[in-house]
Amino acid sequence: MPGPQGASEILRGRAWTFGDDVSTDQIAPGRLFHLRTDLPELAKHVLEDENPEFATAVRPGDFVVGGRNFGLGSSREHAPRILRIAGAGAVLAQSFARIFFRNAINVGLPVLTCDTSAIEQGDDLEVDLGAGEVRDVTRATAVPFAPLPPVMLKILSDGGLVEHFRMYGEFHLPEG
Amino acid sequence: MTVPATLAEKIIAAHAGVTSVVPGQIVVALVDVAIAQDGTGPLAIQQLRDLGQVRVKAPTAVFFIDHAAPSPRAELSNAHQLVRRFCDETAATLSDVEMGVCHQRVAESYARPGELIIGADSHTCTAGALGAFATGMGSTDVAIGMAAGQTWLRVPETFRIEVDGRFPDGVGAKDLILTIIGRLGADGATYRALEFGGPAVAALPMHERLTLTNMAVEAGAKTGLVASDEVTRAFLAAQGREADWRALAPDPGAAYERSLSFIADELVPVLAAPHTVDNVHPVAELAGTKVDQVLLGTCTNGRLEDLRAAARLLRGRRRAAHTRLIVTPASQAVWRAAADEGLLQELAVAGAVVTNPGCGACVGVHEGILADGEVCVSTANRNFKGRMGNPQGAIYLASPLTAAAAAVAGEIVDPRELLGSGGLSTKGAHHG
Repeated sequence: MPGPQGASEILRGRAWTFGDDVSTDQIAPGRLFHLRTDLPELAKHVLEDENPEFATAVRPGDFVVGGRNFGLGSSREHAPRILRIAGAGAVLAQSFARIFFRNAINVGLPVLTCDTSAIEQGDDLEVDLGAGEVRDVTRATAVPFAPLPPVMLKILSDGGLVEHFRMYGEFHLPEG
Repeated sequence: MTVPATLAEKIIAAHAGVTSVVPGQIVVALVDVAIAQDGTGPLAIQQLRDLGQVRVKAPTAVFFIDHAAPSPRAELSNAHQLVRRFCDETAATLSDVEMGVCHQRVAESYARPGELIIGADSHTCTAGALGAFATGMGSTDVAIGMAAGQTWLRVPETFRIEVDGRFPDGVGAKDLILTIIGRLGADGATYRALEFGGPAVAALPMHERLTLTNMAVEAGAKTGLVASDEVTRAFLAAQGREADWRALAPDPGAAYERSLSFIADELVPVLAAPHTVDNVHPVAELAGTKVDQVLLGTCTNGRLEDLRAAARLLRGRRRAAHTRLIVTPASQAVWRAAADEGLLQELAVAGAVVTNPGCGACVGVHEGILADGEVCVSTANRNFKGRMGNPQGAIYLASPLTAAAAAVAGEIVDPRELLGSGGLSTKGAHHG
């Protein structure tokens, strides 16, 4: 599978692990509703109810690693946007909620479905977009990730849905 | 001869300009109605402005100011102003602070059977009760949907939820949908359409159908649908929109990925315990849990019949001294009808604070944020950690009757115990 930015791109970063059913209320809390028009400020609080250190200690390129059903709940696109602003290079999870998955692609945040059960907090990871593989460097293990559907790969590689529209002026998506 | 189709497949095919579609197929489909609210609308508008698109092509585009209405903070006032200005400049319609929750307003005023509706709010699936294909998306998808009048969709597999029998006294659609989600799991229907049918669903009035479809997303589903029938026609007629009605049913022989059967007679009052909606328990297992706040309202259960059911249980009673009761009608139409019937007065006499219509306390912005360690029984659709503004609060989801009973008892209690006393007609209390 070709990577979103090119065939051989490898993303590197540390793992920040979270559990199952991480909702968008945990990623972008409702009590901070008033910050939704100030995303850099909202990003300072990303995931703080789950891990208060994440927002300040995350380094650009680090990975958010979830379990099942990551991103369930509210359709707030602010959730993937502030993960990206905070520096997350990608989100890895065993499964994603539908709206979050679609939103992430639309805003250019890679979301990869793979077996995350053996990844632990702080592990050094490599995501090989060309090989379709997540490598846990700390543990010397590797798992494949499910390829994105062609339509989402197209939107992600165009830089998100708005960029796709800027390029084509309409939907210009592959079949299937 | 076309292939037999589910409700979802029929509607998507018609909007993609093809005779049939199959699950998994990607289509570009026409959008009839596109909506956003004050939480997601400003970002949608920003996307459109970035694109240089301030033209709205979707036949109906509506922005609802409902989540933080009226505004409790200057930042939100500015966001509201941005939405109002966009609606002034374009063909988009504004539903301002007095009008109520987007999903109730869509059911009352906009959704038609057979339509394709997208909304920057996950509970957009509510409109499926009218036989529409309605699904939640993010701000960017809805912005593009508004500007292009189109969206892309993956045709979902359909789960058929067949419900037979009759609902017992004190048990209703909220107990059914929570029971279904408990069985499916919070991700058990991810990417699927839930099609509700069978004799018990056919017999449900529209307000109960809306409760069912509203919560489809809590099992991960893309949407929930009910066939459009005489109940739908009567509901639309009551809104002055009978001309918008058309019959719509799935074809006999349509292919379902899964079929689940439920017997309404076997259902009991249930609650979803913190912090996931699929953590569903019969009321007997949770009875005695002390309750600090009750929320009656929201797009799930803030309709006139819900207020009636609660008011009848509360008649001649008062909330427990330690339990706040917050009543938030879903829309201005509901608020006014409840006022005309004297329900708001009755609820206030029972110790309720009756708020303006809107999303109210459900979204954690204002009008009832929980304190640390507090427990709320809510008629809403989500009990996630932090949902009501405080991650140290605990939320139990339940029917209007179970919520009203908790307000009286000050703890979780089987509402049938309270319906039994006082000589209430329980069937009437629930189905209004």
